[in-house]
Amino acid sequence: MKSGKFWAWVVFGIGTAYFFIPLLATFEFSLRMRRGVHSFDAYQVVLGDPRFQATFLYSVIAAIFTIILGVLIVVPAAYWIRLRLPQLRPIVEFITLLPLVIPAIVIVFGYIRMYGSNSPLPFLASDLGASALLVIGYATLALPYMYRAVDTGLRTIDVRTLTEAAQILGAGWSTIIARVILPNVLIAVLSGAFLTFAIVIGEFTMASLLNRPAFGPYLQNIGANRAYEPAALAIIAFAITWGCMSLIQILSRFAPKSANRPN
Amino acid sequence: MAARLSLEDGAGRMTDLSLSNQSIASKPAPPTEATSFRLPTQWVGVAPFFVFTLMFLIMPTLYLVIGAFQTGEGAFTLDNILQLVSDPSISNSYWVSIKISFWSAIVGAFAGLAIAIAIVRGGLPNWVRSATLTFSGVASNFAGLPLAFAFIATLGRVGIVTVLLRDIFNLNIYALGFNFLTTWGLIVVYLFFQIPLMIVIIVPAIDGLKKEWNEAAATLGATQWQFWRMVVIPVLFPSFLGTVILLFANAFGAIATAYAFSGPQLNIVPIKLYSQINGDVLHNPQLGYAIAFGMIVITGLANVFYIWFRTRSERWLK
Repeated sequence: MKSGKFWAWVVFGIGTAYFFIPLLATFEFSLRMRRGVHSFDAYQVVLGDPRFQATFLYSVIAAIFTIILGVLIVVPAAYWIRLRLPQLRPIVEFITLLPLVIPAIVIVFGYIRMYGSNSPLPFLASDLGASALLVIGYATLALPYMYRAVDTGLRTIDVRTLTEAAQILGAGWSTIIARVILPNVLIAVLSGAFLTFAIVIGEFTMASLLNRPAFGPYLQNIGANRAYEPAALAIIAFAITWGCMSLIQILSRFAPKSANRPN
Repeated sequence: MAARLSLEDGAGRMTDLSLSNQSIASKPAPPTEATSFRLPTQWVGVAPFFVFTLMFLIMPTLYLVIGAFQTGEGAFTLDNILQLVSDPSISNSYWVSIKISFWSAIVGAFAGLAIAIAIVRGGLPNWVRSATLTFSGVASNFAGLPLAFAFIATLGRVGIVTVLLRDIFNLNIYALGFNFLTTWGLIVVYLFFQIPLMIVIIVPAIDGLKKEWNEAAATLGATQWQFWRMVVIPVLFPSFLGTVILLFANAFGAIATAYAFSGPQLNIVPIKLYSQINGDVLHNPQLGYAIAFGMIVITGLANVFYIWFRTRSERWLK
């Protein structure tokens, strides 16, 4: 047992070294912009760059729309499947797994071919249309995570009783979903939302191929042309990812633990 | 009343009710009318989901898959698919991609498994476990361009670790053949998200190994080695193998990290497809469809195996 513990520490130590050396080195590197002393110059340059602000804002807005679109598609479907159409569950689960099977670059390639400027649905003919298509693409990428999060949330509440109670009180379907079901799965939806945010914010492939002024292509451009700024951006991106994951962990403490009655 | 109820409750119940009521049984409602009235309300909740996934996931993919089997004029052909094999630069890119994905999955899986076993069963303090799991959640999502930037700052030509090794140990890793654009260079980088993903998935599986199994084995006179060989490894094997396959698919579709190191030069499949979409570098759009089709086939096969192994392992890990 003693030697087991020793080897466990050794493995853990090697793992820690592999993961922390690049992060520490990146941080140290990002401080070196001013010759001879450590400074936050690289961060100042990055954060003060108007292109950083514009592209970051664009990606944040895209992420927000992605989350809204994802909720609008996933919540009614997951709810309806629990309530009325459990026989569709395997099909829907299979579809939500497809974005893990089909690489993002293939999906966006399909969009470019199907929704080009001289197609029946010319999304790519205008800037707004292309941005809408980017949000749609992101919602597709986030589908597996969003669906799983919402479905887990629905499992912990008694969908049928809540629905019937609301119906008896005279609520229509939109009221039931917006004012009864959604507040009950809000924590699950928010977990899915933060994960979506983390995935979408620095996404490169789709934004670049749809030619959108998003954060991902900006990162690529800086990475190809600058020395210290990319390191600062890597630290910022890591902090954003960390923030999203921490929020999910904090939220999970408020989530109900299990269903009182299985459906 | 009975007739109205039956309209609301579905065609199945309709017959039951009408049999009990002579006046309705004598003139049954036409079934087509009943279904056309019922369909919209029954499907309204899932309709947006199906319309969305059909338009923006399934149809675009099918469009490419069908295009892979067509000539520019729309006639059926296998030439595009055959060209994946016969064009050495394309078949080579598939080969490099498969090699990188395979080895990063294998190494990542074993490293992740070792760390997972260490933190779950190694008798380490509790904070080690929770800190590792939290960090793994973050690192498994830390991919793409920022990951490449981090490794350039660390092991790039003027990276911190490169310089330290050169100045202190007189060891020039670039003279020794290290380069991000080699297979192993990329694998070292990909491990940064592969290992944490393995940890996140395999820790619950290791948690599922019940203490009683160890005691039962010991009661029957098994040594620790026999317990591992006959209980732990067979139980963990399906979810381990399943995760290896997931890691494979994960690396196979990744493009941004590699693109940040090299721009379009590196010859792996996603970058090949990226250049093709951006500039039709192969001068044949149908070939682009075929490359996309090949990627779907490879990740699709991987995921079929994954689901199969997953269902096998879930029987034990309830």
